[in-house]
Amino acid sequence: MSAMPATAAETAGDLLVATGCTKRFGGLIAVSDVDFTIPRGSIVSLIGPNGAGKTTFFNMITGLYVPTEGRITFDGVDITGDKPHEVVRVGIARTFQNIRLFGNMSAESNVLVGLHHRLKGRWFGAILKPPSIIREEEEAHARAMELLDLVGLGRRKDTLARNLPYGDQRRLEIARALATEPKLLLLDEPTAGMNPEETRRLTDFVRELRTRLGLTVLLIEHDMKVVMGISDRVTVLDHGEKIAEGSPGEVRADPRVVEAYLGRGATSEG
Amino acid sequence: MTEMVRAPRRTFPNPMAGMDDRRRQIVILAIVVALALLYPLVYRRLSDAIPFVPWPDTAVLVVCATFAILALGLNIVMGFAGLLDLGYVAFYAIGAYTTAFLASNHFGVHISWWIVLWLAVAAAAIFGVMLGAPTLKLRGDYLAIVTLGFGEIVRLVFRNLGDITIALPAILGGAVLVGPNANLTGGNVGINPIDPPIIPIPGPWGNQLIFSNQNVIASWYLVLGLLTITFFICRRLRDSKLGRAWMAIREDETAAAAMGINTVTTKLLAFSLGASFSGFAGAFTGAYNTAIFAETFSYNVSILVVVIIILGGIGSLRGVVIGAFALLYVDRTLLPWIGDNIINDPMHDLGVSTGQQILTDFKLTTYNYLIFGIVLVIMMIRRPEGLFPDAGAKAEMHGVGIAAEVTGASEAELTVLGELEEVELDDAPDPDPNAPAEPPSTTTGPEAAR
Repeated sequence: MSAMPATAAETAGDLLVATGCTKRFGGLIAVSDVDFTIPRGSIVSLIGPNGAGKTTFFNMITGLYVPTEGRITFDGVDITGDKPHEVVRVGIARTFQNIRLFGNMSAESNVLVGLHHRLKGRWFGAILKPPSIIREEEEAHARAMELLDLVGLGRRKDTLARNLPYGDQRRLEIARALATEPKLLLLDEPTAGMNPEETRRLTDFVRELRTRLGLTVLLIEHDMKVVMGISDRVTVLDHGEKIAEGSPGEVRADPRVVEAYLGRGATSEG
Repeated sequence: MTEMVRAPRRTFPNPMAGMDDRRRQIVILAIVVALALLYPLVYRRLSDAIPFVPWPDTAVLVVCATFAILALGLNIVMGFAGLLDLGYVAFYAIGAYTTAFLASNHFGVHISWWIVLWLAVAAAAIFGVMLGAPTLKLRGDYLAIVTLGFGEIVRLVFRNLGDITIALPAILGGAVLVGPNANLTGGNVGINPIDPPIIPIPGPWGNQLIFSNQNVIASWYLVLGLLTITFFICRRLRDSKLGRAWMAIREDETAAAAMGINTVTTKLLAFSLGASFSGFAGAFTGAYNTAIFAETFSYNVSILVVVIIILGGIGSLRGVVIGAFALLYVDRTLLPWIGDNIINDPMHDLGVSTGQQILTDFKLTTYNYLIFGIVLVIMMIRRPEGLFPDAGAKAEMHGVGIAAEVTGASEAELTVLGELEEVELDDAPDPDPNAPAEPPSTTTGPEAAR
C-alpha cells in the first residue's frame, strides 16, 4: 500500500476511485478499462446484463481478484492487489450474490467473525484469558447482539445460519458485513429472491444505513425499481465496458443502455 | 443398534446454557474426575471381586489418555479448521524423538523431562508450520495425500538415519560431513533407554517418584494432568476469536477472508497448535516407555486417531475424549478379553477339526482394524456426526437443527418462493424499457473465484 498523492477527484470527496481497471481471464476480458468513482456518502448502483462484469468488478475491489491493469484507491490509499483481509481492514465490506454465510455456526457467531479483525486477542491470549481478553469478548458479544437487533435477528442469535429463512440469511449477511465497521458497503444483489414487501424493507434499511451510520454503499442490483429508487448515481456495464454513468434518470434515457438490455433494434422499434 | 444410537441423545441433550445445565455439567465432570482418580487404586480389588468383567488395567488407561491427547490435537486441525490430516503421527514421532535426543544416553544429553516436554511441544509446533506452509492452498483429498506422505517420510527418516554417511563428491575433495556411518536416530533399534520423568522427593514410593511403565499408577496421574491441560486449552481456543476464525475457514474460506480473516496465518496456527499437542503425547510416551522405535509411529496410528475423532464426534471435545477411551479400551482390553474367553478357542478347535490353518491360528485381536472399519461404516450410515457430536455437526449431517426452527424456515422459504412467482407475473407488462427483469444473474462471479 504505497501512499499516492491525492488526485483532484479524491480531494473532491470520492471515497473510492478506480482508474483504468481491466481484468482478463486468459483470452476473456471480463472488465475492460473501467474508470469508476464512488462519492463519499452516496449510494451508487452498478447494473448491466448477465456477464457484464459486475461481480468481477466487485471482486477486484475486495481483493478476490487482482486487476490485470489499473489502480484502485480507497480513502486516498492505494489498495490495488491487496489481499481480501487487508481490504476489509481499510474499511470495505461486502455481501455475496449467492449467500455465503458460515452455515454451521450460529447467527451470533457469524457476526462475531465479522468483528474478528477489530479484536486484538492473539492465540496465547485465548489460552491464558487475561481480563483484557474477557472484557474484549464480552464487548464483542454485546456488539454482535446490537447488530443482530439492528437487522431484526436478535431473537434468532442461537439459530444456525443454514437454518434461517432466506430473507433472514440476506439480513444476517449484511449484519456480518457491518460488523467489520466498513466505510464502504458492497451489496451484491441484496434483494435477489425477495418479495416486494421484503425488497421495500431492505431498500429502506440501506437508506437508513447511510443516514444513521454515514455509510457509502455500492450496489449490484437487478430490480430496476430498487436501482432507480435508491441510487444517487448509476453505472452501467456491458461486455466488461462502462457504457453509461449518471443519475438514474439520465441512465434510463440513454439509448446505449436500452440497447444493452433489450438488444439492437429495440430502440428503433420502440 | 437403534438403542445404541438413540441413548446418548437422551442422556446428553443440548439445551441453551442455563444455570441448571451448568450445575449438571459440573456434577458429571466431578464424577468423571473422581472415577479417574480412584480407579487405579481400586482396580485390583475390583477385578478380584468381580472377575468376569473385562476391567481395563491402568496401563491401558494410560494409552487411552495418550490417544485422547492426540485426538484433541488433531481435532483442532480436522474438527475446527476442517483440514484433513492423515499424517498426524509425524508430530507424535517428532515429540517422542525430541525427548529421546534430549534425555538419554544416545547423545549423552540428560535434560530434565519437565523441560524436555516443552521443547518437544515446540519442535512439533515448528514442524506443524513446516507441513502447513507448503500445503496452504490444498484442501480435502489433496491435503490428505500430502499429509499422508509427510507422516511416512518422517517415520522413514527416523528409521534410516541410524546409519548414515554424508560426504562431499570426490571432485570437491570427498570430505565426510556426517559420519561415516553416523547413528543419529538409533535406526531400527530405536533409542533405549530414555530418562523417565522424575520428581526427586522421597515418599511412600521410595526416594524419588518415577513416572514410567514401572510405576503405571503415577504415570496415569501424570498423563491425566496432561490430558486435562490439553482439554481446557482446546476448549478456550474453540470459544475464542481464533476458534471462530478456524470454523469460518472450515465453512467458507472465501467468505472468511472477506470478513477480514488472514487465512494463511490462521491455518498455520491450526497446524502448529494441533501439532503441539502431539508433542505433549510424544514426549510422554517416549519417557513412559523409556524407549522408542521408529516402527511404532506408523500410518496405523494416524488412521486410529482419525477414527477416534470420527467415532467420537468431529469437532466435539467431549466426544473426541470419549472416543479415544472407548476405541483404545476395545482395542487393548475388550477384544483380547473376548478373544481369550469366548472366540479364540472354539475357532481353534474348529480349525483343527476342519484342517483350516486360518482358523487354527485365529486371534481376534489381529482383526481389530477390520472391526474398526466395520464400525466406521456402520457409523457413517447410522450416525455420521459421531457418538457425542456438537450441535453444528449434528445439524450438518442430518440437515436438521432445532426442529421448530427448521419447519419455520422452510415454510417461510416456501412463502417467499410463492410470492416471487407473482412478482414476475406482475412485472411482465411493465412499460418501463429497463424493467424487464433478468433472471437471477449467474455471471462470472464468486463461482469463478472458487
